[in-house]
Amino acid sequence: MSETLSGTAVDPFITGPGVDDDVLVRVENLVKYFPVHGNGLLRRSVAHVQAVDGVSLTIRRGQTLGLVGETGCGKSTLARCIAGLIPVTSGKVYFQGRDITNLSRRTMQPVRREIQMIFQDPYGSLNPRRRVGAIIGDPFAVHKTATGAERKRAVQDLMARVGLNPEHFNRFPAEFSGGQRQRIGVARALALRPKLIICDEPVSALDVSIQAQVLNLLADLQADFGLSPRHPYSAALLSAAPAADPDAAAERQRIILTGDVPSPINPPSGCRFPPRCPKAQDLCATDEPALEAKASDPRTHLTACHFPVQEGEILARADRRQQR
Amino acid sequence: MSITEVQFQATAVQDAPAQAIEGRSQWQLTWRRLRNDNVAVISVVVIGLVILFALAAPLIAHATGHGVDVAFPNTGEDASGQPVGPGTHGFLLGTDEIGRDLLVRIAYGARISLFVGILTTAIATVAGVSIGLIAGYFGGLVDTFLARVIDAALAFPFIVLALALAAVFHPSLAIVIGVITFFSWAGISRIVRGQTLSLKEKEYIEAARSIGAGPWRIMFIDILPNLLGPVLVLATLYIPTAVTFEATLSFLGIGIPEPAPSWGNILGEAQSFYQTSWWYVVFPAAALLITTLAFNLLGDGIRDAMDPRTERIFAGSKASRRKRGKRRGQAGQDADLGMGLVVPAGGEG
Repeated sequence: MSETLSGTAVDPFITGPGVDDDVLVRVENLVKYFPVHGNGLLRRSVAHVQAVDGVSLTIRRGQTLGLVGETGCGKSTLARCIAGLIPVTSGKVYFQGRDITNLSRRTMQPVRREIQMIFQDPYGSLNPRRRVGAIIGDPFAVHKTATGAERKRAVQDLMARVGLNPEHFNRFPAEFSGGQRQRIGVARALALRPKLIICDEPVSALDVSIQAQVLNLLADLQADFGLSPRHPYSAALLSAAPAADPDAAAERQRIILTGDVPSPINPPSGCRFPPRCPKAQDLCATDEPALEAKASDPRTHLTACHFPVQEGEILARADRRQQR
Repeated sequence: MSITEVQFQATAVQDAPAQAIEGRSQWQLTWRRLRNDNVAVISVVVIGLVILFALAAPLIAHATGHGVDVAFPNTGEDASGQPVGPGTHGFLLGTDEIGRDLLVRIAYGARISLFVGILTTAIATVAGVSIGLIAGYFGGLVDTFLARVIDAALAFPFIVLALALAAVFHPSLAIVIGVITFFSWAGISRIVRGQTLSLKEKEYIEAARSIGAGPWRIMFIDILPNLLGPVLVLATLYIPTAVTFEATLSFLGIGIPEPAPSWGNILGEAQSFYQTSWWYVVFPAAALLITTLAFNLLGDGIRDAMDPRTERIFAGSKASRRKRGKRRGQAGQDADLGMGLVVPAGGEG
C-alpha cells in the first residue's frame, strides 16, 4: 500500500498550527481499510486491505498538489475519501476549516458544490445513454442553480470554455473522441465553480498528444478560475513523457526498484518499504520512521525515513542506465 | 478469411460504439437493424392487424349483423342443433354450439386478450423495474429482503393461487389481471436487479454521486436509461406470455367469465365439439397462436437489433439471410458486421 502516501508524504504545510484562512483542505491521519470477506456463510471480514494508512496533507487556495505512487497504492482511494464518495475508516478531512469527514449525504450536499472530481476514464465516466448537454447540466439540475434556457446557456458557455463546439450539446458521448470526452468531464466539474477539483489521473487514459492539450486546458482554467487541481500521478506522467532532448533522455538515470511490492493486507512492520528500498537496514524493519524535517531536507520538505538520501549521494542500485 | 480480416472484424466489434460518431445514436442503429429484419417487420404488421381486428370488433358485429352474445338458433345451427361450418348462412368462421358467430366472438376475444396482455405487462414492468432498481441499487438488507420476495413470487404455484382466488371470489377480469401481474413482475425484477448491480459500479454513477445526486435521481435518471433496452425486450416477450396465461385461466374456467368471449374460454367450450366442428377449435387457436408468435418474434428481433453479436437460428427467409451476408461483407457499414465472427463473411454471399 501507501508506498508514497505513508512513507514520503511531501507536505510543507502540515506543521503549520492554527487556523489559516488560506487553507482549503486539510487531511489528518486519514485511514481507509477495506474489509476482506471470508467465504463462510456469514462472510465475516477476515482481513483488511490497508489502502490508505495515515495520510496527512494540506492544500491551500490556488495550490496544486501532485500525488505520486505505484499502481494500487491508494491514490484514487484517497481522492474518493476526500471527495466524500466513500466512508473513511479513521482520520479527519477538513474543508475550509469545517470537518467534513463521513457527513451524511444531505449535510454533504453544500460541500459537493465546492469539491468536484475529474475522473480517470473519459469513456467510463460519462453516461452513454445521456446527452452531453444533460451530463454537463447535471450539477445545475442537482443543485437547482439554473433551469431551462438559463441552464442551456450555462452549459453552452462551459462547452465553449473547455474547447467544445456548443452546438454539440445534443450529442451523445459516443460521438466524441477521448480528448473531447475528457473536456466534457472537465466542463462538468467546472459547472458549479468549485473551490477544489480532484483530478484522478485525468489524462492517463488519453493519447500523449491529447494529454498535453488537456493538461494545458487544466492549467489555463486554473489561472482563470483560481482553482486548485490536484493531479495524482502527474509526476509519473512527467517522468514518462518523452524528453525534448534525446541526448538528455539517454543520460537520464533511473532508480529501478527490485523486489515485491509490500502486501496491503499484511504490510511490513516498521517502515513500509524495506523489501524494495536500496538503503534499508535492520532498523527499518522494526521502527516506523516519523514524518519530520531532516538535516538533508530543504526548508519546506519533510521526510519519513531513518536513512534519507543525502545531497549528491548516488544510490547503490541507481547506477543502471534506463533500458530502451 | 485471413487472420487480419478476423482481427479487423474483432476490432470492429470492440469499436461498435464508436460508429455512432457518424451521428447515429444507439437507438437509431437499433431501429435501422430492426427495419432490415424481415421477420420483425412482418411481426409488427401482424400485431398491427390483430390490434385493428380487435378495435374493429363492433364494426364487424355491425357488418355481419351478429351481436357478440346473440345466439342464432335458426341460421347458426343445423337441423340436429350442431354448430354450422364456415361460410354457411353468412357465418364467415362458423358458429358455436348455441349458434353465435365465431368471427365476432374471436374479434371481441382479441380485445380481452390484448387488453390483459398489454395492461398486465405494463403494470408488471413498472413494478418489476422499480423493485429491481431499488434492490440492486440499495443492496444490503433491502436487497436481501426483496430478492427473497422475488424468489418467493417465482416459486409460487400460479394455477393453485388462481384456483383459490376464483373459488373464494367469483372469476373476474380483475382477478385475471391481478394474478398475471403478480407472476410477471418478479422475472423482470430479477433481471433489472442484476443489471443494476453491475451498472451501479460504473464510473459515471460515481460521477453522479460526486456532484451530489441522490439515490432516486441516480436510479431513474442515470441507471434506468441504460436498462431500457433489456426491459423493452423483456416487456415484448411478456405480452404473449400474459396472453397465453389469460387464455389458460379462461380455458380452465377461472378466467374471463362467460358470456364475455375470450380466446381461452372459447377454446374451453370447443373441447366438446372438436370431433364434429373443427372450425370451433382451429380459428380461436390460430388467433392465439398468430398473436403470441408475432409478439415473440418481434421480441427476438428487438433483442437481436440491440445486440448484433447474437445470431438467431431462424434468421428469416433465405433471401434475407443472403442479404445479411452481403451486408456483413461490407466492412464498417453496419454494426452487425460483428456477426462476421460467428459466420465468416467470406463463407457467404
